[in-house]
Amino acid sequence: MAYKTLIGLEIHVELATKTKMFCGCPNTFGEEPNTNCCPICLGLPGALPVINKTAVEYAIKAGIAFNCKINTHTKMDRKNYFYADLVKGFQISQHEIPLCEEGYIEIELENGPKKIGLQRIQIEEDTGKLIHTMEGDTLIDYNRSGVPLIEIVTKPDMNTPEEARLFLEKLKSTLRYIEVSDCKMEEGSLRCDVNINVIDTETGAKTNITEIKNLNSFKSAVKAMEYEENRHIQLLKEGKNTLRETRRWDEVKNETITMRVKYGVDDYRFAIEGDLAPIEISQEWIEEIKEELPELPDAKKERFMKEYSLSEYDAGVLTASKELASFYEDTVKYIDDPKLVSNWIMVDVLRRLKDEEVEIQDTKLTPEKLAKLISLVKTGQINNNTGKKVLREVFETGKDPEEIVKEKGLIQISDESQILEIVQKVLSENQQSIIDYKNGKDRALGYLVGQVMKASKGKANPQLVNKMILDLINKM
Amino acid sequence: MDIVKLSAIEIRDKILKKEISATEVVKAHLDRIEEIDKDLNAFITIHKEEALKSAERVDEKIRNGEEVGTLAGIPVAIKDNIVVKGKRTTCGSKMLENFIPPYDATVVEKIKNQDGIIIGKTNMDEFAMGSSSETSYFGPVKNPVNEKLVPGGSSGGSAAAVKANEVPLALGTDTGGSIRQPAAYCDVVGIKPSYGLVSRYGVIPLANTLDAVGVFGRDVSDAGLILSAIAGYDEKDSTCYEYPVDLTFERNLEPSEYVKGMKIGIPKEIYIDELDKRLVGKMDEIIKLYESLGAEVVEITLPHMEYCLSTYHVICKAEVSSNMARFDGIRFGHRTEEYSNVDELYKNSRTEGFGEEVKRRILMGTYFLSMGHGRKYYEKALRMRTLICYDFKKAFEKCNIILTPSSPILPFEIGKLKDEFVVKDFTSIFAIPVNLAGLCAMSIPCGYIEGLPVGLQIIGGRYEDLNMIKAGLAFEGGMKNGI
Repeated sequence: MAYKTLIGLEIHVELATKTKMFCGCPNTFGEEPNTNCCPICLGLPGALPVINKTAVEYAIKAGIAFNCKINTHTKMDRKNYFYADLVKGFQISQHEIPLCEEGYIEIELENGPKKIGLQRIQIEEDTGKLIHTMEGDTLIDYNRSGVPLIEIVTKPDMNTPEEARLFLEKLKSTLRYIEVSDCKMEEGSLRCDVNINVIDTETGAKTNITEIKNLNSFKSAVKAMEYEENRHIQLLKEGKNTLRETRRWDEVKNETITMRVKYGVDDYRFAIEGDLAPIEISQEWIEEIKEELPELPDAKKERFMKEYSLSEYDAGVLTASKELASFYEDTVKYIDDPKLVSNWIMVDVLRRLKDEEVEIQDTKLTPEKLAKLISLVKTGQINNNTGKKVLREVFETGKDPEEIVKEKGLIQISDESQILEIVQKVLSENQQSIIDYKNGKDRALGYLVGQVMKASKGKANPQLVNKMILDLINKM
Repeated sequence: MDIVKLSAIEIRDKILKKEISATEVVKAHLDRIEEIDKDLNAFITIHKEEALKSAERVDEKIRNGEEVGTLAGIPVAIKDNIVVKGKRTTCGSKMLENFIPPYDATVVEKIKNQDGIIIGKTNMDEFAMGSSSETSYFGPVKNPVNEKLVPGGSSGGSAAAVKANEVPLALGTDTGGSIRQPAAYCDVVGIKPSYGLVSRYGVIPLANTLDAVGVFGRDVSDAGLILSAIAGYDEKDSTCYEYPVDLTFERNLEPSEYVKGMKIGIPKEIYIDELDKRLVGKMDEIIKLYESLGAEVVEITLPHMEYCLSTYHVICKAEVSSNMARFDGIRFGHRTEEYSNVDELYKNSRTEGFGEEVKRRILMGTYFLSMGHGRKYYEKALRMRTLICYDFKKAFEKCNIILTPSSPILPFEIGKLKDEFVVKDFTSIFAIPVNLAGLCAMSIPCGYIEGLPVGLQIIGGRYEDLNMIKAGLAFEGGMKNGI
């Protein structure tokens, strides 16, 4: 039997404007509750919204970056519903005419690129935040109320959770490239809901679409999609169907749980937001924004391949985030060996970032320090292994690599006379290895080199040690 | 000299000439309120201390020879759906009985900046929903002309306060006649300016695409004075007109001067069956007056007039249902004592806090915005509104000013139409098209019929408010000259 999974995403992204969507309150995260508030974002009677032009500009930027059509005549609508975090009893959003429509994001699959279609990008306002206390009370923090959002709605064009992950990565990296959002899922500035169902391609039977919410990271999004995909397939196998429902990802139990079943279509009683004038966007403004856009990931990748002779894979990894790409380019400015710099970043730096779960810009490593380190290895002043150790120390302390090497006396010993004594001692203590080597066990040589390196505290030049051991054994 | 009988302009001039002090003026009006308002019920809240303090500041400025604003020392009453910082603003509702706004409406700020004295907040139909000022949580307002009559509504408190000499000037709001109809019923001048001429920031909305803040005075010059003070672009209201509109006029010209070259249109659609027959003769007199002043009077047509009321009914209620949603008992306003979950909190707070008319409109408006049949009404009403705007556009190609009676029905007795919502809506049938099209209009007194005051509605084009004022000055002058 063959199954086809259909995944569509709805992504809410908080825009990194200085002020909120409809008032002058600062748009900052982590403030004392209910301090970034005014009559407008508290929805006090009589207060009126005024649209934040920068938010519109940011949304247009995103639309251009995602190949959308920008609607030059658009407007805001009211989405009416009751919820304690919603101050006016309606959210100012876009219903009839979204700012941007019909775009796509391209992802790289093993068998080539794939375009994931976007239905729309609309501008709207965020709600306040409910905080449930241990005592069973609910507190409300309205600092987030009125923060500008874009909602990005995709077509159901993704067929595996992995495709969805690649899409999300690309979306996030692009939004950060164009600097419209910091896209921090942990702070809620990027939130993602999943719509998923499965079709039995032989019988044509398909499950009802389920919506998954409460996804706190791309990792949990992928896990939730995998879980749902299996659940849908299992039900199809049993000749059953899923409910039309919203499910919540439970991080602890590693499963999705029913939040609410949808019996009908939600009726948000959309109406015109008459307090805001229709939005007219001139072609000139769009052109201006287009021109100001920075180099986007795909273009940058192409350039890296050409300019630095990198493989497509390496260029792809290095341009995945704007910060990493500029880190790479800045390092190359200090040490003109693009391939070598790429190797160091691709292997050692990225492993470190992954282990620590941090981004390059949040570490103490700078392009200048990395360049110095690479240069130390390249010129043979320290060996490769020492280089890795020094890198770790730079990450931890932020010290200059040259200073670390000097302080700890890590300069590689390439003077035979200084190593000879150690080599002789190691050989005399490991007669069996010498015999093994002579009997054709090449591995024994590696063991002997290792012992010398250990005794020299890693400072000996390994190539030199190798040569000296061979010379001595051959003389025996 | 009876201070409370002076016009606003007379008061200001006497204060500037140091013939009287602002404090004396405010005291006189406070005394008048004290004397009659228990019975009239035009005010919900009186700002006695603040008013006296403000008056003292104006007097000090004058003593020091400092420059003072255009409303220096003039007492102004504010309809209680316009927020005044630190003073309770109730909208005539239990829901906001104890609501203290932390900010000033732009119009309030402007009055304060012009040294006007805010003396208190006036009574109104609950959340401005009504046309008789009978639906207020704080009790009905009486008509100073005849206490048995309703003062009209929803700005009945403001109209009554001006008529009864409690204040020379007052602000009201007009969504579908709520300034012009009470002005007509109380025999005062009431202006609803063009949509966007006056900021709505800080005005608690009824139907926000129809609402306008306007003014009451006992004559056109007074009303024009305060309109000039509150008009103008406000960056806090995105629907405000961005360009300056000239509102300056000369007082006391020959009436004919004001209407030189003016063409006046009379829509043939006003002569409906329901029109009080006594008003037909009145309209003839009015036409004759304008003609005698040298204006040309032409017949015009507004073909979609008969659909205005139903169009208004749908749009207004749809917007009401959305605008009233924020009164949920969570952040401000009435909160029920009886709830065990958040849905009950909403339900019970709204059930207890809102009066019957408010609930009726929320229910209908919710229906009009809901998927299915209801929504068709909303969408059709929006299209009809476009046609009505187009009717006026065509009409104003033939004339500068349009005249109609302010209301097709003369003032009725309190309680008489209590449950006749349809008839009460009907009293604003000539006022409503003006709101739908965003035009300006005023109601101006034109005498009495069998002891009942009659109002004439003068309609001007969008942002042609000055033309409307001039047509009003001409009519007022003509009436005075006894033509």
